[in-house]
Amino acid sequence: MTQTATELVPHIQSLLGNDLLDAYLSYDMTTLVVKSNAVINALKTLKEDEKLDFHFMTDLCGVHYPTNKGLELGVVYHLHNFKTNIRIRIETFFSELDPRLETATTLWPAANWMERETYDFYGIIFEGHPDLRRILNMDDLGMFPMLKYNPLEDQTRTDKNDKMFGR
Amino acid sequence: MGQAPEGIQGSGFFATSFEKVIALARSNSLWPLPFATSCCGIEFMATMASTYDIARFGSERPSFSPRQADMLMVMGTIAKKMAPVVRQVYEQMAEPKWVMAVGACASSGGIFDTYSVLQGIDKIVPVDVYVPGCPPRPEQIIDGLMRVQHLAKNEPLKYRDSDEYKKLLSGYGFD
Amino acid sequence: MATPMEEIIEITNSDKNVNPLEQLHKEEDHYTLNLGPTHPATHGVFQNILQMDGERIMSAEPTIGYIHRAFEKIAEYRPYYQITPLTDRLNYCSSPINNMGWHMTVEKLLGIQTPKRVDYLRIILMELSRISDHLICSSVIGVDTGAYSGFLYVFQEREHIYDIFEEISGARLTTNMGRIGGFERDITPRAIQKLKEFLVRFPKTWKEFEGLFQRNRIFMDRTIGAGPISAERALAYGFTGPNLRAAGVDYDVRVMTPYSSYNDFEFEIPIGNNGDTYDRFLVRNAEVWESLKLIQDAFDNLPEGPYHADVPDFYLPPKEDVYNNMEALIYHFKIVMGETEIPKGEVYHAVEGGNGELGFYLVSDGGRTPFRLHFRRPCFIYYQAYPEMTKGSLLSDAVLTLSSLNVIAGELDA
Repeated sequence: MTQTATELVPHIQSLLGNDLLDAYLSYDMTTLVVKSNAVINALKTLKEDEKLDFHFMTDLCGVHYPTNKGLELGVVYHLHNFKTNIRIRIETFFSELDPRLETATTLWPAANWMERETYDFYGIIFEGHPDLRRILNMDDLGMFPMLKYNPLEDQTRTDKNDKMFGR
Repeated sequence: MGQAPEGIQGSGFFATSFEKVIALARSNSLWPLPFATSCCGIEFMATMASTYDIARFGSERPSFSPRQADMLMVMGTIAKKMAPVVRQVYEQMAEPKWVMAVGACASSGGIFDTYSVLQGIDKIVPVDVYVPGCPPRPEQIIDGLMRVQHLAKNEPLKYRDSDEYKKLLSGYGFD
Repeated sequence: MATPMEEIIEITNSDKNVNPLEQLHKEEDHYTLNLGPTHPATHGVFQNILQMDGERIMSAEPTIGYIHRAFEKIAEYRPYYQITPLTDRLNYCSSPINNMGWHMTVEKLLGIQTPKRVDYLRIILMELSRISDHLICSSVIGVDTGAYSGFLYVFQEREHIYDIFEEISGARLTTNMGRIGGFERDITPRAIQKLKEFLVRFPKTWKEFEGLFQRNRIFMDRTIGAGPISAERALAYGFTGPNLRAAGVDYDVRVMTPYSSYNDFEFEIPIGNNGDTYDRFLVRNAEVWESLKLIQDAFDNLPEGPYHADVPDFYLPPKEDVYNNMEALIYHFKIVMGETEIPKGEVYHAVEGGNGELGFYLVSDGGRTPFRLHFRRPCFIYYQAYPEMTKGSLLSDAVLTLSSLNVIAGELDA
């Protein structure tokens, strides 16, 4: 059965020190909030420390909270330790005016395409990434679609009759 | 379906017009190009399999080479990234060719009214038959095929050289 | 200027330890081959630009996104119950798994505990769809090696699975099955009858299919050693599911983080040794047997009880009550209009999909629609390893590797 990482939080706090901004339990997964300039060090510690040993990267995705001024964009990492069956979530936030973060591909090759997807959707630049370009959208899309103020529908359509669509 | 066309019959000969014979041959041997992108492609695989066998209707050989296919069956969502590929495949096909848009996504964009999905392939290629459904049942796909057969059977012999057809193609940018 | 044959003879005579072909091909005149988005070998739309040296692949550069439908963006504009048809179209070969996974994610967020009958029914339907996903993959591996008839036999069985899905949810492929909190109606006697017939008829066909391929010398020669990956590299690349199990790691979400009462059942996890195509094929075939066992167990022990959780705030009341009962009418209105209170928070839930760990990361801000929904799609993550897996292999092996990975385009691009 999965256990939460609650017992490990003091150990993590001692290793990360000031870089760890917050640690709380969200449903059944401990969530750590880390400073954006130290997130790769934190992930490296979580991966390589013998007691923690989060060797598997489950997921990497971006989030956009337009109401958190100064910390609008975020990247969320999910890690998993198969041997002790503990999962953990690491979040880091930074301003959308300077969306730069260090790449995690040095730690896990799995992060390669996941970071490209995050760049494609949010415009977050991962420094040190071997090949950071759009992956799912066309290269000439011109916008980062998942940002909250970009629209879902194609704005260049001329054939939709607004009256019939209830707008 | 299995009837001979109208003509003059005698002992050892049967005389009819070229148009009817060619139409009969074409409509009963439509080789599809299965352009299967997503879920409708799986329903096409079910149509190709033994329960709903599409080979009974003459589509014995699904050809992935456009040069040897008669009918382009676009099954599944066409994203804007994929649109130039559909156009290129359509251009490479030899006349006479028919296009069947299978599924809601190919007909009109389906449930995906987004920035990245082409809202219907009739924006880029002329379509002959639309098969609605999400995904359409194999019987519906076969019904679409039968309508293409009907179109092929009743097509005038020189239709592909006619001005009307040329105007249709130039409307889509094929010159 | 010596002919190539003379050069080879000279090199062979001069130094016995040197491979003459390697000497000849040092100039690296590779040519580019486009295994394009439309190709009979790629079952789905993804492109691989291959640098080939004769018949060998020196490097591969995949391009995806040809069916990007922006699911994550659409999900931010749809209420929770309208996202179920969207999840259908992720891995469309096994839609009920995606549907159930989504419902379980929302139930985790809302703190809903489903009754045992719901859990067992979910297990039956998820395992049926896992069987149908593995059926496609295995038969398509057969087609790619040139044996088409296995495909026909197997699709006949898929029609029976479609019959069961149609009886329960109304649709064959994209099922939109179940609701948040359970199912919209109880399993009908006709569905039970069809399930019983399936459980009797299918094992015979599957045994025949396995007998056709598994110890077939030609098939083994084709697939053993094609596209191998070691367990360490597979873990580093984030592999999950049958592809990881074929490499030797016994990671299965149903066992690690059991959901929907999977821990009530005993089943084995087949694992392989080398992570090559043959191992992946065998692992999937063995998993079909395990799924059949699970379905039989769950069906035999199906408990009586309600077919949905008692959560009037999130589960639509039956129509007779809505038309006759004021309270049910109000609940119906609140649910459809989005007036029910959804807690704020973030939750991650994973299910074992046909291809691996299908995860749903849901962030809710209390509104009617999710604030952020991210799908952790296994195909997207393990397809990155394809260039590494096919480096140095022949083109036909690369085609087999691709079909044995079971890359579903809908899940790749989402």
